[in-house]
Amino acid sequence: MKRRSFLITTAATAMIASAGLPAFAEEPLKVGFIYVGPVGDMGWSYQHDQGRQAIEAEYGDKVQTTFMESVPEGPDAERALTQLALEGNNLIFATSFGYMDAVMNVAAKFPDVKFEHATGYKTADNVAVYDAKFFQGRAIQGTIAGRMTKSNKIGYIASFPIPEVIQGINSAYLHAKKVNPDVEMKVVWAYTWFDPAKEADAAAALIAEGVDVVMQHTDSTAPQAKAQEAGNVITFGQASDMGAFAPMPRVTSTIDNWAPYYVQRVGAMLDGSWASGATWGGIDTGMVEIGEISDAVPAEVKAEALALKDAIAAGTYHPFTGPLNKQDGSAWLAEGVTAEDGELAGMNFYVEGITAELPQ
Amino acid sequence: MITLIKRPTPSKTWSWATPIVAILATMIAGGFLFAALGKNPVEAIRVIFWDPLFGPNAAYFRGQLLVKAAPLILIAAGLAVGFRAGIWNIGAEGQYIIGAICGAGLALAVYPAESVWLFPAMVVLGALGGLLWGMIPALLKIWFNTSEILVSLMLVYVAQNLLAYMAFGPMKNPQGFGFPGSRNLQQYASAHNPELIAGTGAHWGVMAAIVAVIATYILMHRHLAGFRIRVAGEAPRAARFAGVNPSRLVMVCLMLSGALAGMAGLFEVAGPNGQITDGFNSGYGFTAIIVAFLGRLHPIGILLAGLLMALTYIGGDMAQLMLQLPAAAIQVFQGMLLFFLLGFDVLTNYRIRIGKGAKA
Repeated sequence: MKRRSFLITTAATAMIASAGLPAFAEEPLKVGFIYVGPVGDMGWSYQHDQGRQAIEAEYGDKVQTTFMESVPEGPDAERALTQLALEGNNLIFATSFGYMDAVMNVAAKFPDVKFEHATGYKTADNVAVYDAKFFQGRAIQGTIAGRMTKSNKIGYIASFPIPEVIQGINSAYLHAKKVNPDVEMKVVWAYTWFDPAKEADAAAALIAEGVDVVMQHTDSTAPQAKAQEAGNVITFGQASDMGAFAPMPRVTSTIDNWAPYYVQRVGAMLDGSWASGATWGGIDTGMVEIGEISDAVPAEVKAEALALKDAIAAGTYHPFTGPLNKQDGSAWLAEGVTAEDGELAGMNFYVEGITAELPQ
Repeated sequence: MITLIKRPTPSKTWSWATPIVAILATMIAGGFLFAALGKNPVEAIRVIFWDPLFGPNAAYFRGQLLVKAAPLILIAAGLAVGFRAGIWNIGAEGQYIIGAICGAGLALAVYPAESVWLFPAMVVLGALGGLLWGMIPALLKIWFNTSEILVSLMLVYVAQNLLAYMAFGPMKNPQGFGFPGSRNLQQYASAHNPELIAGTGAHWGVMAAIVAVIATYILMHRHLAGFRIRVAGEAPRAARFAGVNPSRLVMVCLMLSGALAGMAGLFEVAGPNGQITDGFNSGYGFTAIIVAFLGRLHPIGILLAGLLMALTYIGGDMAQLMLQLPAAAIQVFQGMLLFFLLGFDVLTNYRIRIGKGAKA
């Protein structure tokens, strides 16, 4: 309790100090970011930084953004967030799941600072959460993979067995299976979000097992490079477009486009309408973007993929539509029933047909 | 012609002067690095070394300095004893993890029972876990003459996998919606390692670090056992004649350093970090090796070195935020410190003679 009041006093002092400045020079809204990786990872953190730059481009002098990169989850994140708050940032984006408890701790100490936490589930009056429906992109990837695989083996480099990743594996598998009943899914758990060496090893292992499609839920381009070496293996850009590897091996990509959301939230701060909440955006809001489908994809497959994308965007098709069973054969969704967001958010099982075992 | 001439005995003066010279050299070389990145070098050095101590909001950062330094000092104090004896425990990171798992495991098993005995019991279990993990390389060395360097290092990776297994499996928060990570011990009163004096950052781990410094000082410099340990490191044969049992020495050194590392892990998981997560270990066990050498394997030196290392972390974060220096540049800066230390260490054991080479 004491510590809380100490910090509030410090923050208040800082605010009084800044309020003492000439009032005609309007203070810009200060927006801070912490990234879990380097901004140059060309994947997750890079995309968040693109969102930050979009804020600057949109609001110019009215905002001032800063960021800290490669902030480890845990106490270091808590310190970094406190530091951003002490520096007078009014809105702080914490862009990794593992920052969750740190955000909650710091948010409690700085009730006047607003926090936005990516991919988490804890909210407060001054903490909003946001995430993207990446599984929508996986549906399109699965369709292309199912159509294009010759060995009928699809490899998946998974990061951590958390709902977001499991949704992706299930969605990719279901849609590959839909167009090609013979497909088989091989999953390798890399236990990292970003580690080029590990990701390359995982890709090499999958390719050695005969897969000719490599999907990745990790952020480096190392699997793309391995696939390129191997020749007839296709991949999908993850988080960012990874267009340097087009047209082969990268045939399309799922891009996390945080810019529209970030611009909107900063706008809400500027006009005073910011409110806490939970946002789960998809293809419809532009948060999930499908990168250009390259010429390596046959025209009819491309048309099929684009039609699927349009159906998802229009809301006429949901990637998880019954009848669907769980891996153990028990019923999950009845005919025509679609999965609810809340249920997906906690997804901890494979769908029927995946033979791999989910690490517990 | 520059020649190195071995000193008959290591120079006392240089042994204490090298860390200071190394720090100055790091500041100069780092200054050039920052200048090359287009930042004002003087300002960067000021932000890293001065601002966390005396800048605005220093009251908060001074506390954080203790939070960051405590585990480093606690681990390094134990490692230094072994290093003096020529027993190289490189696996403190693993012992740190196991300590955290054992201590937190107890709390998670009895949750939500409240008892004043819980936290002390967790500390004991944490120390015991680290001790046993440290005993593995000791026993293998005694029985099979394996290298404790390799075995202790490899056990870090085993511990890391065990940690991931715990975070995703048995210790996963049952109320965590399928997300990895244990319950947060900060929200469990009996298990929490809180700040003892609000606003100072000082938790039980800081106290333990201070006690460890005093205890190892007495052991190494005021006690016959310490003399034997040092002799064993400097002149193994002489030590054997003096009645030192090498097997027992290996056991004692690895168990002591393991126990201290395990305790450090427990204090961290129950305090600043709060959770068992797959990324719980943030390299303290490895950084502590640098701290031990930077502190000349002397308890007081380690105390100062731990604080200095913490300062470069916290100041480095500040430099990132205030000057938008890339995180990688800060890491290079930290690496330089060890590089220069080892480089200037030559002067402890050698004299430089400039001019004609020594007689042929």
